Amino acid sequence: MVELTIDGIKTSVPEGTTVLEAAREMGIIIPALCYHPGLTPYGACRVCIVEVVKGSQSLLEASCTLPVAQGQTIITSSAKVSQARKVIIELLLAACPNSKTLQDLAASMGVNRVRFKIKDKNCILCGLCVRYCKEQMQSGGIGFVGRGTSRRVATAFGETPEECRNCNGCEWICPVCERACMAGSLTDGVCGRCLNLAPVETCPVCTHCSEAVGSSGHRVY
Amino acid sequence: MKRLRSATELEGFRQEILAARDPNKPCVTICSGTGCHAYSCERVSQAFTKELKSRGLQGEVDVRRTGCHGYCERGTIVVIFPEEICYLRVQPEDVPEIIATTLIEKKLVDRLLYQDEEGQKIVHEGEIPFYKHQERTVFGSNRFIDPRSIEDYLAVGGYSALAKALCSMQPEEIIGEIKRSGLRGRGGGGFPTGMKWESCRNAPSPAGVRYIICNADEGDPGAYMDRSLLEGNPHSIIEGMIIGACAIESHHGYVYVRHEYPLAVENLGIALEQAREYGLLGEDILGSGFDFDIKISRGGGAFICGESTALMASLEGRIGEPRAKHIHTVINGLHGRPTNLNNVETWANVPLIINHGADWYSQIGTANSKGTKIFSLVGRINNTGLVEVPMGITLREIIFDIGGGIPEGRKFKAVQTGGPSGGCIPESLVDLPVDFDRLVEAGSMMGSGGMIVMDETTCMVDLAKYFVKFLTEESCGKCVPCREGLDRMLDILTDITEGQGKPSDIELLEELGDVIRGTSLCALGSTAPNPVLSTIKYFRDEYEAHVNEKRCPAGVCKALITFSIDEEKCTGCGVCIKSCPQMAISGEKKKLHTIDQEKCIACGLCRDACKFEAVIVS
Ligand SMILES: Cc1cc2nc3c(=O)[nH]c(=O)nc-3n(C[C@H](O)[C@H](O)[C@H](O)COP(=O)(O)O)c2cc1C
Ligand code: SF4
Ligand code: SF4
Ligand code: SF4
Ligand code: FES
Ligand code: FES
Repeated sequence: MVELTIDGIKTSVPEGTTVLEAAREMGIIIPALCYHPGLTPYGACRVCIVEVVKGSQSLLEASCTLPVAQGQTIITSSAKVSQARKVIIELLLAACPNSKTLQDLAASMGVNRVRFKIKDKNCILCGLCVRYCKEQMQSGGIGFVGRGTSRRVATAFGETPEECRNCNGCEWICPVCERACMAGSLTDGVCGRCLNLAPVETCPVCTHCSEAVGSSGHRVY
Repeated sequence: MKRLRSATELEGFRQEILAARDPNKPCVTICSGTGCHAYSCERVSQAFTKELKSRGLQGEVDVRRTGCHGYCERGTIVVIFPEEICYLRVQPEDVPEIIATTLIEKKLVDRLLYQDEEGQKIVHEGEIPFYKHQERTVFGSNRFIDPRSIEDYLAVGGYSALAKALCSMQPEEIIGEIKRSGLRGRGGGGFPTGMKWESCRNAPSPAGVRYIICNADEGDPGAYMDRSLLEGNPHSIIEGMIIGACAIESHHGYVYVRHEYPLAVENLGIALEQAREYGLLGEDILGSGFDFDIKISRGGGAFICGESTALMASLEGRIGEPRAKHIHTVINGLHGRPTNLNNVETWANVPLIINHGADWYSQIGTANSKGTKIFSLVGRINNTGLVEVPMGITLREIIFDIGGGIPEGRKFKAVQTGGPSGGCIPESLVDLPVDFDRLVEAGSMMGSGGMIVMDETTCMVDLAKYFVKFLTEESCGKCVPCREGLDRMLDILTDITEGQGKPSDIELLEELGDVIRGTSLCALGSTAPNPVLSTIKYFRDEYEAHVNEKRCPAGVCKALITFSIDEEKCTGCGVCIKSCPQMAISGEKKKLHTIDQEKCIACGLCRDACKFEAVIVS
């Protein structure tokens, strides 16, 4: 067992646990996008960052890939952490403005504007689909191609590959491909489909629609 | 070929080589590095062979093709021994004269010698200012040896460090010596090499498999010291790697080299083959019972593949993208086994330390940065090339004493160190001693040793934009802050240089830069904001001029400058008309010419064409 302190509370967890899992076990909420309990941690979205205190210094680390260590001190929601998370979610929104998951996350963090250029890519490259396909379906239907800003998820030569087992898992697991809920389908301010009643704190025009922002779909800008 | 079976046999063979060589026999060495290849060194050496033969001198004069001397802009470099007469910018046509005058008549060919500012000619390579202030311990042998001849390397004492390490030192002693020397990795991070070796040696591994890798990916624009070492002295790297293997008990090594370095791959391949033939590599090295072999792996040339975990992924045949390094590669590296990765230059330092001892080595340099470092000095500077200097030397000495200052009497403005993700150090810090820690304190880094000098005609915003663009393209794209963050940073910088900047942009850049630095997965992302943050720190006024006054003080950003013609100076010669690709200039002969601002694309060609400096930028 490894002993560590998260947000001032001492805990002990088996070796090999990640900080994210240890914190969730304690009921501490750390946002996460590319993490999924059934898949290997990937560390790409960086919204799960926490502060690791080392003496008088502290570093930001992604908690989903950070293994617990004896005597570690972790702070999951300092000003430094939330400031960085806000910028990251802003960047994510700039890349996928129509994702409800992202909008909810942004709203819960008090982010209600995007200062960056919007370039709708409809994918945050979290790799959930790629890992799902490989690890859960033992297929290799999809993968990443390209580098930097041209990186994307694709099939080989753009065709449906033989390996694809038509499970639809990649679509199911994707946090952003989901269709944006339109105001027309709202019943009593709650979208029948997702029933996401997460509290919305900061949106100035909030009608408690259950969506993050506004009544005309999920546009935040 | 004889296989050497012991340290004694190696020493005996070295003596044989030396005995067969007459130090007074004239020897023409011709630099054959990649730089000089561009200056037709191939034809120069053919001319020497042919001309010597036609004069019947082939037996009396040796011709040797060596590695890069560092002063590549003056190529092809020819040095004639034993007098060490150094000729610069030698062309094939000069060869008959060199042979007739220098080799036969023993006189100098004045026009090929180095000439200093006062017109004084300098004969010996070591006395040329560019070389005089350097300390060439790692790079020094390059100019004496033919990289394709193991005998040349043996003649300068090659593989004696290996013999010492293998036959008379315990692995712990080797590691102890490296640790005491204070050697830090030359690949960028400056991690203490001895400590890395020790952790790798002590890491548990099933069946005892451990790997050794040499990182020759060298992707920084403008940096080429690793290439020059591999091309010019491959045996020194092989020797370093075998010593390392011995210390951590590894039997498999790799050199990961980018495929854009064909000559390096070729020379290294030849050197590996020779080392195997002589029993210095492979099974039962020097009869000691120790086995170690090296394979060459050619990378595709992605910058990110220089990062340790991406490099190992690429070596395994996967996409070259980094992973979180909470479990270090010395414990879990290539194929999940303990792996020790070092840079080319780091490996090249190892034989020197073993031969001369840690005490000798640790005398050179500063308290926490020992030894010498090779820098690639480029940009707005008189002498460009590779320079090797002791750690702790000031930027001023490098730029002015070695580099010869800024051309055309312009003013020095800043120097960018550490490659694309390094920072800019302004003129006010020119007396900064260069070592790992001081550069970081100044907001930059050592990186692999790139040094780009800028003068007053460089716009710092434009410069930051250039590097961010490079990094955006070279980011692997895995994590959000680096992929999206850098792309947005580039958008903001582009806006600023195009006169679309908003007053809040500078703060936004700083905020974004801090987040990218703090949260990126690998060191590419966490260092990428350096060029932006350091230029904002030292040249904030320049950013403000772009944003608030829509003015580019250096006259570089095209959207913010206009070209016009000075009434006083214009003679009406009409040269500018011909130079303008947009046909934006008009005017009658001998009368004032004017530029049509609607058509002008601010390319600046007319300014370069005008002999009367009549084209003004505002
Ligand atoms: C983006 C990136 C590119 C790198 N490129 C190189 C490189 O081209 N050559 C190199 O030796 N090290 C490079 N490094 C550093 C390596 O990750 C590693 O630290 C180094 O090779 C270790 O060797 P050393 O301890 O001898 O310095 C790079 C690091 C990063 C983050
Ligand atoms: S398609 Fe969806 S699941 Fe796949 S990487 Fe993109 S955002 Fe993630
Ligand atoms: S920091 Fe950049 S290069 Fe490194 S993993 Fe993230 S996206 Fe890739
Ligand atoms: S600007 Fe210069 S080149 Fe052009 S017409 Fe005038 S004098 Fe000639
Ligand atoms: S959830 Fe940890 S980086 Fe994405
Ligand atoms: S290649 Fe000849 S001096 Fe560098």
